Amino acid sequence: MKRMFLSGNEAVAYGAIDAGCRFYAGYPITPSSEIMHMMAKLLPEAGGVFIQAEDELAAINMIIGASWAGLKSMAATSGPGFSLMQEGIGYAVMTETPLVIVDVMRAGPATGQATKAAQGDLMQTRWGRHGDQYLVVLAPESPQEAYDLIIEAFNISESLRTPVVFLMDEFIGHGREVVFRKEPGEIKLVERRRSSDHEPLFGSDDPRIPPPMPRLGEGYYVLVTGSTHNEYGYRDVHSFETHYKLVRRLKEKIWGNIDKVFKYEVIGDPGRAEKAIVCFGSTCRSAKEAVMGLDNVLLIRLITLWPLNYDLLRELLSNVRLVVVPELSLGQLIYDVQQVIDSGIKVVGVNKVGGGVPIYPSEIKKALEV
Amino acid sequence: MIKHEHLSLKYMRREVLPTAFCPGCYNGIVMNALFQAFEELGIYDLRKYVFVSGIGCSSWIPSPYIKADSLHTLHGRAIPVATGVKLANPELEVIVIGGDGDLASIGGNHLLHAARRNMDLVVIMINNLVYGMTRGQAAPTTPKGMVTPTTPYGNPEEPMDVARLIANTNANYVARWCVSQYLFLKNSFKKVLGEIKRGFRFIEVYAPCTTFVIRRENKTPGQKLKELMNTCIGYEKWEKLPAEERTKHIPTGVFREEDKPGFLDNYKQLIARLKR
Repeated sequence: MKRMFLSGNEAVAYGAIDAGCRFYAGYPITPSSEIMHMMAKLLPEAGGVFIQAEDELAAINMIIGASWAGLKSMAATSGPGFSLMQEGIGYAVMTETPLVIVDVMRAGPATGQATKAAQGDLMQTRWGRHGDQYLVVLAPESPQEAYDLIIEAFNISESLRTPVVFLMDEFIGHGREVVFRKEPGEIKLVERRRSSDHEPLFGSDDPRIPPPMPRLGEGYYVLVTGSTHNEYGYRDVHSFETHYKLVRRLKEKIWGNIDKVFKYEVIGDPGRAEKAIVCFGSTCRSAKEAVMGLDNVLLIRLITLWPLNYDLLRELLSNVRLVVVPELSLGQLIYDVQQVIDSGIKVVGVNKVGGGVPIYPSEIKKALEV
Repeated sequence: MIKHEHLSLKYMRREVLPTAFCPGCYNGIVMNALFQAFEELGIYDLRKYVFVSGIGCSSWIPSPYIKADSLHTLHGRAIPVATGVKLANPELEVIVIGGDGDLASIGGNHLLHAARRNMDLVVIMINNLVYGMTRGQAAPTTPKGMVTPTTPYGNPEEPMDVARLIANTNANYVARWCVSQYLFLKNSFKKVLGEIKRGFRFIEVYAPCTTFVIRRENKTPGQKLKELMNTCIGYEKWEKLPAEERTKHIPTGVFREEDKPGFLDNYKQLIARLKR
């Protein structure tokens, strides 16, 4: 264990290196650039490859290629670049390519406010791509958690053969705190399952178990395609059965493993609480301060934002009469809360975005007084 | 009876034949030249070769017809994916096959930057002059005045000379041949697969679309091939032609040939410096 003083962005870079990431492609963009700076420095030392891509379209596709060639790969960006990466992320979902994409959120839409924090990309991480597709979204609240959770992000991407979106915001990316960096022996690493002969590379009997993934050049004559394909990778762009079977399996691979990937933190007693706060990322820090000394408020911090365990959220919120949802956007997570509560329960959003202004604990406290 | 097999078959996935290409499609000539180059170089097994393609008819050549690892990627993104593969495992020989729309239009930026980096890739661009898979719309390579579904009154734009554009970058090898120049094409393939084994190697193949260019001219692929024998001339000869004659001919040849270090050599040097 090594004590360091790091920004969230720097913590992500160290975490990625410690998770075994050996390929990074990216394009500079505020407020994520420090991740790229760090990877440019750390990767050559670690025997990995760093390349500055000509744009985000290239970056996402380069890491797809590198992942198939056998390296754990990552790209980091912010809103505008994340929008450009969407098609590639969809391709990674379809081809079951393990990747980690970091989105350090800034105020949008469009160029918006490049240096100011926001949380407006939440729905885009889930639904930004065309077609039926599912992946995993994780969101840390501090540099320390950014370090620990990015390792988990790589582990999930490897074990489920899926892209994982790592959702931070400018406050966490640029906020600086003490981070304990682990020694190699202290970290549990997961590697993708390699191929055994005759096992199909794009299908499995149990959809919750991802098929194995060989490295290119091992003699499997791998056929990778973003078109609809059967379990051996052969394109089939006509049949209903092949397409339906494929997208159902890809969905079940994520949702069927919800117990393994769904992480959250609860402060308070769900049995006694009358009110609740549901939050993610940096806004939870204000929310945690707001509930100090209040024993009738339940705080639910979502660490995994997708797939979301709706049943669990419903159960946790079953006794409350008021839910406050603070967000650095005009309101996106609030729809998830509205989905799981009874119509009689009041849901209040505390929404602020732009100018780098945080949601203050006093504003959350005030909302709780309703 | 001696069973004689076509040389292409040992490089192809037999189970997916026949191909989906139109009768007379020039893709067959390109495949043949590539496979013959492999055979003449004594390369019979492509397990250390990775083919990367995007979207379009020519992108279907490797996926699924070539018996090797292949990545059939998004429209325009073959070069970045190939770059990722090559950098992650330099032992692999990575070959991109794509069309003019895929590589020069939607993927044009990647083509320029891979050439600038002298990235260690072989890129084969089959220029069929149109978007053949989607019914022959105009592409950046479509000649001025040509009528297509998106240029019903004639193409108002000037076409892009992709090979000569890339020849002005840092690429190690740039050539263009017509399908009618089979031996030159095959020898170019041999050159970039057997001799110049690093850096960015770009070969444009001029191969008008059988269905959406040649048939619109009321010609057969065979007639067009004969015509191309006169249309395609060496670029030294082409440069001496008067301006109005130039537009009627296609300049071909090797525009650039070097064996300087590619991106990977430079990157390895950087790592070595770091270790010192």
